[in-house]
Amino acid sequence: MALLFTKKVTKRFGGLVAVGDLDIDIREKSIHSIIGPNGAGKTTFFNCITGFYKPEEGEILFNDHSLVGLLPDRIVRLGISRTYQNIRLFPNLTAMENILVGLHGHLRAGFFGIVMSTPATRKEEKEAAEEARRLLKFVNLAGKGDFLAKNLPYGDQRRLEIARALASRPKLLLLDEPTAGMNPRETQDMMDFIQHLRDELGITILLIEHQMRVVMGISETVTVLDYGEKIAEGTPTEIQGNPKVIEAYLGRGSTAEVSQVS
Amino acid sequence: MKQAIKIGLIGGVVEILLSLIGMVEAFSQRDIIAHVISMGHTLLIIVALFMGYLAAKRTPGKGSLWVLANSFLSGLIVGGLVSLLVIVGSLIDLRKVFVNAMPVLYELLTFKQGTQIGVFLLLGAGALSGVLAGLFFLSPKLLRRVLLISLGSVVGAGVLQDLLRPTFSLWGPLAIINEWLFTANGLTIQGAIGLFVLIAALLLFWSRKGSVIQTGFRQLPPAPQRILKMSGILILVFILLILPQVLGLFLSEVFTIVGLYVLLGLGLNIVVGYAGLLDLGYVAFFAIGSYTTAVLTSPELGFFSLSFWEALPFVIVMGVFSGVLLGTPVLKMRGDYLAIATLGFGEIIRILVLSDFLRPWLGGAQGIGKIPKASIAGFEFAGPQQIYYLILAGCLLVIFISLRLRDSRLGRAWMAMREDEDVAQAMGINLVATKLLAFATGAGFSALSGAIFATKLSSVYPHSFNVMISINIVCVIIVGGMGSIPGVIVGAAALVGLPELLREFAEYRLFVYGAALVAMMLLRPEGLWPEAVHRREFHEEEEKEAESKSSLELKSG
Repeated sequence: MALLFTKKVTKRFGGLVAVGDLDIDIREKSIHSIIGPNGAGKTTFFNCITGFYKPEEGEILFNDHSLVGLLPDRIVRLGISRTYQNIRLFPNLTAMENILVGLHGHLRAGFFGIVMSTPATRKEEKEAAEEARRLLKFVNLAGKGDFLAKNLPYGDQRRLEIARALASRPKLLLLDEPTAGMNPRETQDMMDFIQHLRDELGITILLIEHQMRVVMGISETVTVLDYGEKIAEGTPTEIQGNPKVIEAYLGRGSTAEVSQVS
Repeated sequence: MKQAIKIGLIGGVVEILLSLIGMVEAFSQRDIIAHVISMGHTLLIIVALFMGYLAAKRTPGKGSLWVLANSFLSGLIVGGLVSLLVIVGSLIDLRKVFVNAMPVLYELLTFKQGTQIGVFLLLGAGALSGVLAGLFFLSPKLLRRVLLISLGSVVGAGVLQDLLRPTFSLWGPLAIINEWLFTANGLTIQGAIGLFVLIAALLLFWSRKGSVIQTGFRQLPPAPQRILKMSGILILVFILLILPQVLGLFLSEVFTIVGLYVLLGLGLNIVVGYAGLLDLGYVAFFAIGSYTTAVLTSPELGFFSLSFWEALPFVIVMGVFSGVLLGTPVLKMRGDYLAIATLGFGEIIRILVLSDFLRPWLGGAQGIGKIPKASIAGFEFAGPQQIYYLILAGCLLVIFISLRLRDSRLGRAWMAMREDEDVAQAMGINLVATKLLAFATGAGFSALSGAIFATKLSSVYPHSFNVMISINIVCVIIVGGMGSIPGVIVGAAALVGLPELLREFAEYRLFVYGAALVAMMLLRPEGLWPEAVHRREFHEEEEKEAESKSSLELKSG
């Protein structure tokens, strides 16, 4: 069954079609990758799902809820959370506070409850702190919770961003190039971690990735975009042999050469 | 070398500027140490020392001879530029352009020795300051700390003599200190030396034994620790309560003004410091609070004549409501645009209350008078010494609310919004509700402050609510430290309290604000007392400790 389902989603910037007539089904508990050359519309598609952009045409359904026109804060409450291509943590908050912000949608305390420090508020805060600590541990950042986010090393920041996204208890997690700028070892760790997220927590993962090793290694389905349109979809093996994909990545004419060589 | 010359030139220009705008002269009327050194000279020397220190610090390689040479050079240049001013001044009459370039200025600059000797004295003084600053830079850390704090205390005691002298004289036995420490103008020589030695000795003692005492304190079982802390808080509360009786009328008045700014600053701190919404029209809510109080309580208008306490809830509600009203149209604005729009709102309110159109209701330019004083069970908050308590209570309440909010879901939502609005929204934060709540909370605090202001003066006039108030409050927050509660108190004390105490200051208030802002941005962008990083992962206990500490600090401010 499809958890996220898009029908003919189109997003234009002026005359440029960033995403055109895109149909994608994301099965529940799958790891689904979106690949494509730079400027193919991958991140724009993410922004359409998470409510940063409103697509001009088409429909996005998540668990049978339409997402088009909803604000980002509504969408995250429905169970979609994301990370960013360039890490976007709250730099002057601690790691702990970053995660606590992620929990925001699940806390209920109001102005007067907070000022009066009612038992319910105190209990909620305590539980939130516990959950944040648990998440820190989960992403291997135990002991670094009191560091300001901007003072953490790069790899830790990436993992903290994922922890923050997990704090909103998503059903679908969108990861925008989670292994960007990582060395092979860190990349392998990240791959294991993503698989772990799906296997242990049952979270569906939609992934934008440039490193083919990662894409081929962990995804069950791969969608290839070029100029905002879907040019291929299938299992990693299917995609690897698809001439259209090779053409998109290497340019016209190379298909012939590749087939000659092979 | 190049650096040293540059720094020296900057220092020289600063000193010339300070001289020509008349600041040196105005400050010279007050002696730090009687007949030895005046505040004007101190100002010049501090600039020269600071430039020498900067030159020393910027020396590449850090060879101590080079350091000294550089600081010497920059000091010499500072002295040289000032002597240039003296020479030019003696040849040409600068008074046509610079009104303050009077003969008495040159006398001050040349130490009353005439131009020729004065020039050499100036060069010497500059070079000496530079070398001293260089030596200071090279000396060990402990010595630097001791020197800095002890000298600072001596200068501070001199600057604040008007505050300290009457305080001591009110307490019988302490009046002896007065005779020993102060003359009619400035510290006595033995007093200055004595104070320096005393502070230095205390600091040295603390550096030796301080850690022992601290660990000793930590090793105590929790119960006595808590008792010690509680008694510390009690002593502070006691001091705060008797303060107006100790300080007398004038200083209580100063404290009430600082207190009002603390209230305003804490309100704006929520909007600017926490939520990152630069609001330059904050005075509007202050005005709305004052005018609502006036309309509801003053018999002069004859609509209502509620008591202060009956009116207060309406005032707060009115403030909150106007906060939402301003917030709604500017929801989509960020940064500079928001600042301009809110600036406009502040002016609109001022012009409205000034207008003839609303005169029957708001009194127009004549304002509204006969606002009754607040009273509880027969105790009337009449003079500054009584209103002090009203303001103290207000400050404590607002600090309490601010602290609670800061460590909550809402405080985190504000700070997340400040850091990155889009991501905050994508984390489930409803931007509309969160922004409006920040505006409303800030406006509510401001309205409370306005209500107290109205009963303090017994009258309200439109001209009390000009844009300068908004600017002052923003300055208080920036200088104190964005988002920091003790910072607001320190900032208000420094930017509002000091000018009230230093009559020489008044004319140069704006100049000093500007200089303070620039200096803060360059040297300490996080503010005088920056917001501490909240430890949440391990240190639940210490966090509470920090809270109680910060509530102590506010009292000492």
